[in-house]
Amino acid sequence: MIAFAIRRLLQALGVMLVVALISFMMFRFVGDPVNQLVGVDTSPAEREALRQALGLNDPVLLQFARFVIKAAQFDFGISYQFKQPVASLIASRLPATLELSFVSALFALAVGVPMGVYTGLYRNTWLARAFLTISLIGVSLPTFLIGILLIFVVSVNLGWLPSFGRGDVVDLGGGWTTGLLTKSGLQSLILPSITLGLFQMTLIMRLVRGEMMEVLRTDYIKFARARGLSRRAINFGHALKNTLVPVITITGLQLGSIIAFAVITETVFQWPGMGLLFLQAVQNVDIPIMAAYLLLIAFLFVIINFIVDLLYVAVDPRIRLGGAAS
Amino acid sequence: MSYATEPEGKAAQTAPEGVKGGTRPGFVRRIADSDIWYSFTRSPLTMVSAVVTAIFMLAALFAPLIAPHNPFDPASISIMDSFYPPIWEADSDPRFLLGSDDQGRDVLSTILYGMRISLAVGFASVIFAMVIGVTLGLLAGYLGGWVDSVIMRIADVQLTFPAILIALLINGVARAMAGPQSYDNVVFAVLVLSIGLSFWVQYARTVRGSVLVEANKEYVLAAKLIGLKPITIMFKHVLPNVLGPVLVIATINLALAIITEATLSFLGVGVPPTEPSLGTLIRIGNDFLFSGEWWVTIFPGITLAILALAVNLLGDWLRDALNPKLR
Amino acid sequence: MTTPTLSVRNLRVEIPTRRGVLTAIDDLSFDIAPGEVLGMVGESGAGKSITGSAIIGLLEPPGRVAGGEIRLAGERIDNVSPDQMRRIRGRRIGMIFQDPLTSLNPLYRIGDQLVETILTHERLSQKAARTKAVKLLEEVGIPAAEARFSAYPHQFSGGMRQRVVIALALCADPELVIADEPTTALDVSVQAQIIALLKRLCADRGASVMLITHDMGVIAETADRVCVLYAGRLAEIGPVRAVVKHPQHPYTQGLMAAIPSLVGDPDATLAQIPGSMPRLGAIPAGCAFNPRCNFAFEACSAARPEVYDAGTSDASCFLHASEVAPSAPAETLRAADQAGIVLPVSAKETIA
Repeated sequence: MIAFAIRRLLQALGVMLVVALISFMMFRFVGDPVNQLVGVDTSPAEREALRQALGLNDPVLLQFARFVIKAAQFDFGISYQFKQPVASLIASRLPATLELSFVSALFALAVGVPMGVYTGLYRNTWLARAFLTISLIGVSLPTFLIGILLIFVVSVNLGWLPSFGRGDVVDLGGGWTTGLLTKSGLQSLILPSITLGLFQMTLIMRLVRGEMMEVLRTDYIKFARARGLSRRAINFGHALKNTLVPVITITGLQLGSIIAFAVITETVFQWPGMGLLFLQAVQNVDIPIMAAYLLLIAFLFVIINFIVDLLYVAVDPRIRLGGAAS
Repeated sequence: MSYATEPEGKAAQTAPEGVKGGTRPGFVRRIADSDIWYSFTRSPLTMVSAVVTAIFMLAALFAPLIAPHNPFDPASISIMDSFYPPIWEADSDPRFLLGSDDQGRDVLSTILYGMRISLAVGFASVIFAMVIGVTLGLLAGYLGGWVDSVIMRIADVQLTFPAILIALLINGVARAMAGPQSYDNVVFAVLVLSIGLSFWVQYARTVRGSVLVEANKEYVLAAKLIGLKPITIMFKHVLPNVLGPVLVIATINLALAIITEATLSFLGVGVPPTEPSLGTLIRIGNDFLFSGEWWVTIFPGITLAILALAVNLLGDWLRDALNPKLR
Repeated sequence: MTTPTLSVRNLRVEIPTRRGVLTAIDDLSFDIAPGEVLGMVGESGAGKSITGSAIIGLLEPPGRVAGGEIRLAGERIDNVSPDQMRRIRGRRIGMIFQDPLTSLNPLYRIGDQLVETILTHERLSQKAARTKAVKLLEEVGIPAAEARFSAYPHQFSGGMRQRVVIALALCADPELVIADEPTTALDVSVQAQIIALLKRLCADRGASVMLITHDMGVIAETADRVCVLYAGRLAEIGPVRAVVKHPQHPYTQGLMAAIPSLVGDPDATLAQIPGSMPRLGAIPAGCAFNPRCNFAFEACSAARPEVYDAGTSDASCFLHASEVAPSAPAETLRAADQAGIVLPVSAKETIA
């Protein structure tokens, strides 16, 4: 078990180093960092002094090492467009994105799993067919389009919910703001969360449905029926538990995707999160923010993956007791 | 997904359009008798999707012929014509069936032309991803060793991130390298590059898997024995055997590529407003959603939705028809 | 005569498919007496497992019971509600499947699976159920049952898992146990142990057994009577010694001749039945076996034989029908007589 955890940690470290390398190369070789920091009228001598000061004349490997060490301390340099430290920019935007992603994931799970179980168990009812049709639309439509349609119907035509921003937020201290404690904050969360979570919800639903149908065909379910266990014990005990093993993996990975997909939703709803910041960085070629965002997302992915692995082990005794992962 | 060992995969090349192009005797008969055709005729939804996809593609192809206006001809558009609603609303103009946009362009025409660009970028990206993915997959599977390790590790790392994020990053880098002035000239290349590079992994994995299976078969051994070069063996002998599953992925990816292009354009890093794609049109129209001119964004939106849904349904059906095990 | 534990009358199972309705079981009747072990034999696809599934009410959809009656201790069970049927399963009919590796839920401790099953059928406290479960594990020969109570299935060998499966099937003391190829997936070395265990435990409890297998050796050692199926129909049924030593249906004869024997001439070629069993969609008219039968005559392809008294057993073959058999060619009758088929008196007269 410990060996397993250590191996996974080393793999995670490897992935982080690769991503750091990509970030570093973007940072170092795409465009000239000096040009971005100084005006047109800066003399070549001043530029050279700045190069020296930034360490851009050192061996590349040394620069990379310095980059990694700094990144580990959350120092990603200065944003080209905002002329502010990237770390503080991101820190001020992080709560909004994490809050949105978390609520979306919760929505996706809370709705997707029951819908998947239902459609897996009662395949031929009209409700199951309706769910499947909805899921097809959810999978096929681009996120931004769903957001626009929601705004058009719910905000513009019905006037029920706000269509942009976070509403009133409360500072919990340390710069961590939350919209979960105010009415307007909660109202503002609804549409973006549905938009962001819908795709994952349909994905989870289809996954749970597929797994459920697969599991219900297995011998051990047939044997459980032959032993006269109640439908409930079979469907929600034996079948669901076995279904959840792969569902946990995919859902965990989807949580990472949600954070990344937030870029689109944040744009549609003008949600002041990291995604919006990243998009502005792409539009304005603000490399330090792009590099930092990439690293941060990779870091979140790696952490989520690690937690998923541990959960997986906790659910499946074959891995827990068998020693090696299969 | 295990397309790898599906021998019937090959049927994918012939089934959808094969009906009209029968040259050999009995060809039409074979198609009509095949399970693919059977499952096609048994699925009304799939038939509808096929018809819708065909209509959309033809409309896009012949846009200059059927569009009532040329939205890119400055002489034919007038700012005086801006914001006419669709003809069934009050104060409309019969020249603009689905209304006009902020610059006085006919919405129906911009949609037809926009679809052209969306589909063109979609097809080009899919082909680009296919070429890259198939080549790398063949190399990885056939050469093995460190080549295989490097390619597949890159694939693994890339798979951890959503395609849209990869596309955005590549887009940002390309933008930086091209410089702001020349960017508009290369925007299509950049789009195809960024979408293509974010989708190659699936092809590479599938092809590699198939190659590993095929490489141990006797015909490959025989080809080696008569002294053919590895490159010849790969492209002439192994490749035809893995094309079926690749075409299935390509169909599914077409919908994804169209959506990705639309998303990038919507986010403002895709096709510029001067030559709008569906995504760009939605982005432009989005600004007027609150002031009441809903048709500028909703009609392109619905078009994109139907197109994506139809292609997706076709892809879904094709995958299920070729891989009954997946259901 | 006492009421049989299980009585199946004119059972018909159909499977609707894309190409039409297949008849998987056609007009099958048999009884199992209390405490009796009935062996069910036949090739793969003959309908053995489907019969078992039909009795316990677990036919895979779209398969369905389309006719006939199934009675358990005199009461019909083929038309009861799903919930009533669920209460019969496990409580009154236990079932054991072929593959012990896949029969147990991998995510549940074996002890919990036992306790869950016991509590489903009996009003016991958690503690009493646990005690009973441990006792059952000991009974089926799990060493250190108390300690292994909280083990997971993957920590057991195949043979041990099948012992757990047997414990699960027997935990509510059912009157009837249906064992569907209980040893096919196991090592040859443990097969005999498992069969002996199953037989002993059922005998102790007075439970009847329906043993489905294609292994005639297992049948010969374990069963009291044997029922031979061919293409979803009954070929022959009778006491195991009679059927093995003096088979009366040409198919059964072929089946017995095809068993390799350790005694006798080691160089003798193993007998084969020419051809193969028809697929369900293509069962020939008349007797299903007639195209492969050495003794087939006109009547065999014209009408379907009923089940006739064949002396020591009952067989579904016109050679045993006193009205039909005399119409067969004399040399066919002579050959059949030579092969050990006990012809009816009417037919004997024709060749005498």
